[in-house]
Amino acid sequence: METYYDPKDLKKFGKITEFQKELGEKYFEYYGAVFKDGALTKREKALIALAVAHAVQCPYCIDAYTEDSMEQGCDEEQMMEAVHVAAAIRGGASLVHGVQMMNKYKDLSM
Amino acid sequence: MSEVKSHISLKAQGNNFSEPDYQLELLHNAGLTPFRENLERSGLQSFATTGLDVFQVNVGKMCNQVCKHCHVDAGPDRKEIMTKETMLQVLNAISKSTCKTVDLTGGAPEMNPDFRWFVESLSILGCKIMVRSNLTILLANPKYHDLPEFFAKHKVEVISSLPYYSAGKTDAQRGEGVFGKSIEALKMLNEVGYGQENSGLTINLVYNPSGAFLPPDQNALERDFKDRLSRQYGIVFNNLFAITNLPISRYLSYLVASDNYNAYMEKLVNAFNPVAASNAMCRSMISVSWDGFLYDCDFNQMLDLKIASAKQHISDFDPTEFSGRNIIVSQHCYGCTAGAGSSCGGTTA
Ligand code: SF4
Ligand code: SF4
Repeated sequence: METYYDPKDLKKFGKITEFQKELGEKYFEYYGAVFKDGALTKREKALIALAVAHAVQCPYCIDAYTEDSMEQGCDEEQMMEAVHVAAAIRGGASLVHGVQMMNKYKDLSM
Repeated sequence: MSEVKSHISLKAQGNNFSEPDYQLELLHNAGLTPFRENLERSGLQSFATTGLDVFQVNVGKMCNQVCKHCHVDAGPDRKEIMTKETMLQVLNAISKSTCKTVDLTGGAPEMNPDFRWFVESLSILGCKIMVRSNLTILLANPKYHDLPEFFAKHKVEVISSLPYYSAGKTDAQRGEGVFGKSIEALKMLNEVGYGQENSGLTINLVYNPSGAFLPPDQNALERDFKDRLSRQYGIVFNNLFAITNLPISRYLSYLVASDNYNAYMEKLVNAFNPVAASNAMCRSMISVSWDGFLYDCDFNQMLDLKIASAKQHISDFDPTEFSGRNIIVSQHCYGCTAGAGSSCGGTTA
């Protein structure tokens, strides 16, 4: 079945350099540097990436950072909590705009 | 494929994955770069032993657990047990060797009826003794309850598997209720001094992934384990060894049944690390099976790949004969050389 997302395409990510070498290579170099142990551990970064993957709803990133989180020693509870953080922020981002709606409502009301 | 039962060994089920030839053929036919080719590319054309630091003795395949990943295919139904006669041959070999470090494994080594006698005899020989204890055995029967004191008396280094600091992942791999019992056993060991500062008694834990993925950074994971186990259970331990699951026996059967085999093998091959290969544990150890045969490691033992020597039995042990011998390698060896490397003592690179 043909779909827009094919799990096999994840492995081809590196090939984006075929169409624009310089920028692609710069990106991957930067990407590699971002995920190294730093002020945050690799494990903390994997969980952030997992949460962001859910926020941007990228199926490739969800697969990749589920596996990476496991390989960084996270369990299912920690990973689901990371997804809840994404959900809470996404939900909160919608709801907080409710204040704007309320302001406008009040502006237009007697 | 017929369904794999989880409470009896593959051997008792007559499952193909208990056959060394079947496993080796599967590994060979996976279309992956031959392990030896990667060794050669890394300048390790000659992959031989560099010395002898450890006698690893597998005293039998009997175990009170039937873990899903077990490379020994151990379990309560396995009857292969080292006899006292073979133990005497091992003692004899050790007395001829300058190597006085002995790593006892199984199965559950404590279930061998001559286990205590063997430990006492090794102790008289002045050996440094390690025992790979699965922890739950300490609670399995009243006759094992005093093992912590016995271990302490002989300054045995205890090495125990604990795949995670919570029940979910541990029980999924090692069986229902194993986590709780392991915690209890660790408390018993702590009580007699294991893991406590200045006690001289060492308890090391072994992490291995509960699934088809590679282990995390060993130091980072050790910090997490120490923090969680002490905060939640008041447990202390010395070091954590992060080890990779090798694609043999029950773990291989799991990989194939769960459709993770190809991806896992590819991952191992892509992560080949020449430094880890050069430091592989087989370069400085010898592994003795329950019936006294000699292998380069416990994994080769399970695949029935005996050492490259005319003398393949512990009764023929000759220290000069065995140094510098060529190591028998095959595709399963990729498990020892991926990423930071893996050995019975954790990472190698
Ligand atoms: S992994 Fe260890 S405890 Fe588990 S079945 Fe095998 S020998 Fe027994
Ligand atoms: S499986 Fe055994 S022989 Fe192969 S690299 Fe590992 S320790 Fe050495």
